[in-house]
Amino acid sequence: MTRKEFSDSKNRQTAGAILAQPGENPLTGGAPRDDTLFVVWAEGPCNAKFNNSPHPSFLRNHFPPVPFRQLARDMTQASSSPTDPLALVGRHCLFILEEMGRIALFLAHAFAKMFALPLRAGEVLQQVHFIGLKSLFIVSLTALFTGMVLGLQGYYTLVKFGGEAALGTVVALSVIRELGPVLTALMVTGRAGSSMAAEIGIMRISEQIDALDTMDIDPVHFLASPRLAASIISFPLLTAIFDVVGIIGGYLTGVVLLGVNSGIYLGRMEAAVGMEDVSGGFIKAATFGIIVATVCCYQGYMTHTRREGFGARGVSYSTTTAVVMSAVLIFAFDYVLTSVLL
Amino acid sequence: MNGRPPLIEFRNLRKSFGSQVVLDGVNLSIEQGRVTTIIGRSGVGKSVLLKHVVGLLTPDSGEVLYRGKNLFQMSHKERKALKSQFSYMFQSLALFDSMTVGENIGLPLKEKTRLSKTEIRERVLAQMKQLELEDIEDKYPSQLSGGMRKRVALARALITRPEIVLFDEPTTGLDPVRRAAVHNMIARYQGELGFTAIIVSHDIPEVFRISQKVAMLEKGRILFEGTGNDILHCSDPAVRRFIEGDEEPDEEAQST
Ligand SMILES: Nc1ncnc2c1ncn2[C@@H]1O[C@H](COP(=O)(O)OP(=O)(O)O)[C@@H](O)[C@H]1O
Ligand SMILES: [Mg+2]
Repeated sequence: MTRKEFSDSKNRQTAGAILAQPGENPLTGGAPRDDTLFVVWAEGPCNAKFNNSPHPSFLRNHFPPVPFRQLARDMTQASSSPTDPLALVGRHCLFILEEMGRIALFLAHAFAKMFALPLRAGEVLQQVHFIGLKSLFIVSLTALFTGMVLGLQGYYTLVKFGGEAALGTVVALSVIRELGPVLTALMVTGRAGSSMAAEIGIMRISEQIDALDTMDIDPVHFLASPRLAASIISFPLLTAIFDVVGIIGGYLTGVVLLGVNSGIYLGRMEAAVGMEDVSGGFIKAATFGIIVATVCCYQGYMTHTRREGFGARGVSYSTTTAVVMSAVLIFAFDYVLTSVLL
Repeated sequence: MNGRPPLIEFRNLRKSFGSQVVLDGVNLSIEQGRVTTIIGRSGVGKSVLLKHVVGLLTPDSGEVLYRGKNLFQMSHKERKALKSQFSYMFQSLALFDSMTVGENIGLPLKEKTRLSKTEIRERVLAQMKQLELEDIEDKYPSQLSGGMRKRVALARALITRPEIVLFDEPTTGLDPVRRAAVHNMIARYQGELGFTAIIVSHDIPEVFRISQKVAMLEKGRILFEGTGNDILHCSDPAVRRFIEGDEEPDEEAQST
């Protein structure tokens, strides 16, 4: 039943993921998501018909669908053999690559539309309020406990070789470079990212996104761009607050509780932390903002193409996927950025 | 009919969802400035047909022509220009449920025109008044009755004064008085603005009063095409059964 959505969604990148079900008539029954890889290119040329390309029937003559379906089925059957783990890995990798490509296209679209008229400043502001301001409490709380734990752990590690004077430096650098951006992003993903995916997902399944489209309002421009802009603004600001509160947390345990000299804690910190540490943390934060907004909006936007569930169940899958994928990408990009920035 | 090419023309339109063939070669033309009503049993593909006109679905084969031009071969720009003339009222209404009624109705104006806030509000209120939707401007769609929601969707579809309006079951579920009111309104609008309308409706025979053309969709094709009067006097057994609300005889008896 998902066929329609696959062949007709406004995102024609996914069109055509229709056919192959191993061991079955390709025209009946739903195939698991990862079995559809081959079909995407098989049906691909037909998707171009919206972009002024030759007539579908012309394409049909040159790309007769039946042999492709046959081929797709054969290939899927061959490769979906459960005894062939290599094929399984290959298929999953291909699927992930493909999905990343689609997300990148979505990002490019949303990003470009951020600067298109109308600018939707009001909506951006509203999203900053929701993503930024309303996350303030939870981010501060996380920061406080993280800083306090760092103070404790750092102290007991450093005291082993008499280095507790470096506690301020340790706390500040780990918070500013690493924990601030990452933990902020994770917390905001849970709070705001999930709700982005759910809200847009519900709009998708109740045809509200189609309605925008028929009104000639670009849904990506209308829904995703303001959230993307607001995330790029909010994430670094929240990270800055995390940094400060985290350092205060370290101060509380290190100085107030365990008796490290206050002047040394702050003085060493000031000497050791450079501007490049701070700006590096902000670069990370902005990147994570882009990742979270893009992935969460994308997952909601594509809810109708999910094959695991429809309706409310589909939205729930979208939300889960959005959060998990955001978190994984945050860690992956954290590593990449760290190695680049260091 | 009048020498001009039809405004919209379906040519041999085919659409399947998986193995389910929904449209199996639909041929139909929609004349400019007329009201065309599409009737047919539920699930026969009327909504699917309409969605092809606004580009929400793409045909498997066949074409939809707009003034002789294939909709699915148009450039992005042409399509955009076209979209601004169309208005589509969804069967599911597709109201923005996080926006108030006023915002819902005003959205197309806010997004697509340069009208000021007060001008938009005036137009929204006027439109709401016309559809007897007073005093609910600040309510949300979920706080309204089904009939009210329907009229909000109607208001949203008409607020831009579109040239072509597609109504997917605008009156289903309304009481007889409101139904007549909606029909009258469509007729009046058509008189004033001269728009082209395609209505999917089950209000037989009331809707025939305002339609210049009636087409019946059955088994993926247009089974009948003509005026309301024609269809009421049509002798085709399938058409008669539908009009009179008789039950379908079983498949074997039918295949003869
Ligand atoms: N998105 C879809 N995916 C699969 N099948 C669909 C989809 N939309 C419509 N259909 C099928 O197409 C047929 C016609 O639906 P529809 O056009 O909504 O009927 P109606 O004439 O009542 O408006 C139905 O049998 C329905 O199951
Ligand atoms: Mg319908």
